[in-house]
Amino acid sequence: MTALVIAEHDNASIKGATLNTITAALACGGEVHVLVAGHNAAAAAAAAAQIAGVSKVLHADGAQLADGLAENLATQVLAVAAGYSHVLFPATAAGKNVSPRVAALLDVAQLSDVTKVISADTFERPIYAGNAIATVQSTDAVKVLTVRTTGFDAAAATGGSAAVESVAVAADSGKSVFGSREIAKNDRPELTAAKIIVSGGRALGSNDKFMEVLTPLADKLGAALGASRAAVDAGYAPNDWQVGQTGKIVAPQLYIACGISGAIQHLAGMKDSKVIVAINKDAEAPIFSVADYGLEADLFTAVPELVSSL
Amino acid sequence: MKVLVPVKRVVDYNVKVRVKSDGTGVDIANVKMSMNPFDEIAIEEAVRLKEKGVATEVIAVSCGVTQCQETLRTAMAIGADRAILVETDAELQPLAVAKLLKALVDKEQPGLVILGKQAIDDDCNQTGQMLAALAGLPQGTFASKVEVTGETVAVTREVDGGLEIVKLNLPAVVTTDLRLNEPRYVTLPNIMKAKKKPLEVVKPADLGVDVTPRLKTLKVEEPPKRSAGIKVADVAALVDKLKNEAKVI
Repeated sequence: MTALVIAEHDNASIKGATLNTITAALACGGEVHVLVAGHNAAAAAAAAAQIAGVSKVLHADGAQLADGLAENLATQVLAVAAGYSHVLFPATAAGKNVSPRVAALLDVAQLSDVTKVISADTFERPIYAGNAIATVQSTDAVKVLTVRTTGFDAAAATGGSAAVESVAVAADSGKSVFGSREIAKNDRPELTAAKIIVSGGRALGSNDKFMEVLTPLADKLGAALGASRAAVDAGYAPNDWQVGQTGKIVAPQLYIACGISGAIQHLAGMKDSKVIVAINKDAEAPIFSVADYGLEADLFTAVPELVSSL
Repeated sequence: MKVLVPVKRVVDYNVKVRVKSDGTGVDIANVKMSMNPFDEIAIEEAVRLKEKGVATEVIAVSCGVTQCQETLRTAMAIGADRAILVETDAELQPLAVAKLLKALVDKEQPGLVILGKQAIDDDCNQTGQMLAALAGLPQGTFASKVEVTGETVAVTREVDGGLEIVKLNLPAVVTTDLRLNEPRYVTLPNIMKAKKKPLEVVKPADLGVDVTPRLKTLKVEEPPKRSAGIKVADVAALVDKLKNEAKVI
């Protein structure tokens, strides 16, 4: 029984979500191999070989794999998938894009957002925006899963010494072409990996206010900035800051929700945080029902006050 | 070209579901059902493509129980031209739905299939990708912009950290993200008109698809409850609690 983890990487380094996925793969009970499919990605493959618990790295290098196009990456995974009992992807935008494609081509079901490995064929996953936890058993020969990264600790990035093996590159599908990428510049910690998150909602009122009020607090705490869907839809914050059922799922040590009412869709993304602080002037806001510490106050006075007292 | 839009009937997004006490599932008897929000966005996009003259016909499809007809009528009230219901009482998982849709894609030969990125009940986020794989089509998932030019479609995708654009050869599969569009409200005259639009009912067996579930749900539980928190009087008290009690800053 061997598990194959599809590494998420930028061709130079391995992304953090891969490390949590490796921990989940180890919990499935066998050896763990990692596939690094990319272009000029030798550095990423070498980094993958250093990860504790990994026994082999498969490295596929070709121009058609440069940007993680689902069509080409799925074909590549399929080309090496024979013999593996488990194929795991991180439940990131990239992993969710490719994993079901691989599962369908293998004619097996896929398990999304696995939060716990109970045994080699039985897993836990949240449904209904995290309002219920399902225990699911797979009857398929190969288990294809995406792993919710906040459900598993990160494997140590060093300490391993796996062999790197080059594998043949699958042909280009010819059906899709990568256009361009626009990555928001961000010198803060990555939202899904941050220890502290400061998050804002509709109550901030504008993009200027959002940045003006929350940035100093995030700077002071070394925190990432997040947002509710309402704030994102209103244009106060970029899309990829959205925390919730359909945005990012986070579980930091400290989550500070400022001017967020706490709709179920938002709670789905952050209720596994260790400590939740809510600052809201509406005493009836549902966010107070999950907050460890609630402060009923106007955020425009409370947040600056908080900054100055830290 | 034809555009095929699969839609799902789900528990309304405002309903807070309750887990059944025997752990067999979620209690959905007598709760409000609606069209999955991402699917409304998909229908809206298809109808906009028709209004722009890109699409010639919009076909809504749903798989499931008889009541899914209501969801299809809603799709037709938004602007779909006709509907197909794949009727079955069996539990349908994404792989089975993808196979049913693949059979319909073979039959209808749409230029574009637009699905929601995920259904808010099973939260799977799989069907579109699986359909694309089975039908051998390229996929543009989590779309926030869709532009059809000639034989290709440029899809702007919401990815971690920002946006990316992929260009796909048609036919293709697109799954919608929240910010693709704002679905229109259905008006009473359009609801009345939708009642007259054709709705075809087929069975999975007619399409030659075996829908047997591959995953077995052993139990469904309530998530662990958070212990009740406290309200603090002011910022100073909050800082004190965070420093000395929770020790997180």
